[in-house]
Amino acid sequence: MPSGAPAILVRDLRKRYGDHEAVRGLDFEVATGEIFGLLGPNGAGKTTTVEILEGYRVRDGGEVTVLGMDPGDRPRDLRERVGIVLQSCGMYRHVKVHEAVAYWAALYPGARDVDEVIEIVGLGEKRDALARTLSGGQARRLDLALALVGDPELIFLDEPTTGFDPAARRAAWATIRRLKELGKTVLLTTHYLDEAQALCDRVAIVKDGRIVVEGPPSTLGTAASRCQVAWTDADGIRQTREVEDPTPLLNELTTAALAGNEPLRDLTVTRPSLEDVYLELTEDVDAAPSEPAA
Amino acid sequence: MSDMTLAWRHYRLERRMFWRNPTAAFFSFVLPLIFLVLFGAISDDDQLRIIVPGIAGLSVMATTFNALAMQMTFLRDAGVLKRMHGTPLPGRSYLAGVLGSAATNALVQIAIVVLASRFAFGLGWPENWLTLVIFTLLGVSCFAAIGVAFSYVIPNFEAAPAYTNIIFLPVIFISGVFYDVEKVPTFLHDIANALPLVHVINGLQAALVTGKPLHDLLSDLAVLLLWAALGAVAAVRGFRWDARGS
Repeated sequence: MPSGAPAILVRDLRKRYGDHEAVRGLDFEVATGEIFGLLGPNGAGKTTTVEILEGYRVRDGGEVTVLGMDPGDRPRDLRERVGIVLQSCGMYRHVKVHEAVAYWAALYPGARDVDEVIEIVGLGEKRDALARTLSGGQARRLDLALALVGDPELIFLDEPTTGFDPAARRAAWATIRRLKELGKTVLLTTHYLDEAQALCDRVAIVKDGRIVVEGPPSTLGTAASRCQVAWTDADGIRQTREVEDPTPLLNELTTAALAGNEPLRDLTVTRPSLEDVYLELTEDVDAAPSEPAA
Repeated sequence: MSDMTLAWRHYRLERRMFWRNPTAAFFSFVLPLIFLVLFGAISDDDQLRIIVPGIAGLSVMATTFNALAMQMTFLRDAGVLKRMHGTPLPGRSYLAGVLGSAATNALVQIAIVVLASRFAFGLGWPENWLTLVIFTLLGVSCFAAIGVAFSYVIPNFEAAPAYTNIIFLPVIFISGVFYDVEKVPTFLHDIANALPLVHVINGLQAALVTGKPLHDLLSDLAVLLLWAALGAVAAVRGFRWDARGS
């Protein structure tokens, strides 16, 4: 699946606004054909990072390559191969859905069929509606249609399902998964953890302009946080322990139970979910007087 | 597609958006008509010979400078410019489409003024069509470019009418839209002469009323060309998809 040069390569990326250092040395790679998620609280530097990759902002330091090109130069060839769903973004109020998609299609050399794209995002019934009459979720689907109609190799999705009802979210997820099946690369930012868990091959959690942890969503728990082992002891008292590696503790417990011929009751080993990891890592440290963890 | 084709496609999108908003379209054409009717009712023929070219110049400025300063600020605030900036559409094709659309509105208004002066005021057809075309196009290029460049200075859409009018209203008063510019005090006259509108009106007056030949309008042409060039450089170089300081 992932092959050759990475679709996105970011090395020691830095960006400041005045005195505020929004991005402080970010490193990550996104392989071709991968869905990569950037997670983090508001103000963590996600959108700044994505906007540098999209060519909207100029970085202050570091190295950035998107499809082998430097987005800072804004090459047209790159813009023809990339689709962008911005976090919040307006549209001509008096344009009809199919007119907008057709206008966008003409901007790209290898555009997809306009009506097919309108169907894929689920706006078939709104084909002739004016943009200003669309609901928030429908407008977001139009955003997605405009990003997909050029048949891009790489798609940036900045909080693509904000404002969707649950059914529309599931539909959008299915569309994004289909992009992966077509071999597209997706960089997704979201603050919905279930979305990251459902879609992403790998995620990076960003905080204060740095990546605090990175990996497949299912393994992030083991990599970054502790396991909780709980059981009821011989005196009927509930015991819990948090450990990096549960193996020695489990060995100790089971050996003792076998030796004493007592059943080890109500034993549970819980790996933290992505949400637990996320909450632990992005906890607001301003409340504590200590230095924030690097 | 070539940059020209994309510019043409964008021009057509702009025209469609303009007519889809019929009240806005209606009022932008009604403004010069209102001025013509009011001044037609209170002016004698000699005054009309000043006022008709003045209103033609005012229309050129309103449909280009005012309209584009407002529109570009709105599109920037709404995030439409940001969205367009992320597509392969070249900036020059986009600007050409936008400027072409504003120019079309200006041409329609000049046509309204020409028809009104012939049929409502009995001033006759323009004395020199070539001069009319040259000064209309030059005025449009000049004010359209300046309007786009000026939008980069406007902080947000709520502030756009104030920013636009603080330029537009003084300029139309000192540039002799409603009276003979020679009657303006010298220091204001000097300021007005450094700005484009006086020269657009001089050219339009030659075209519509006096028939003064083009070779007597070279200084007006020179000032307008200079402003158009400065405006174009500022409009292209200064382009921004977000508000200043954001």
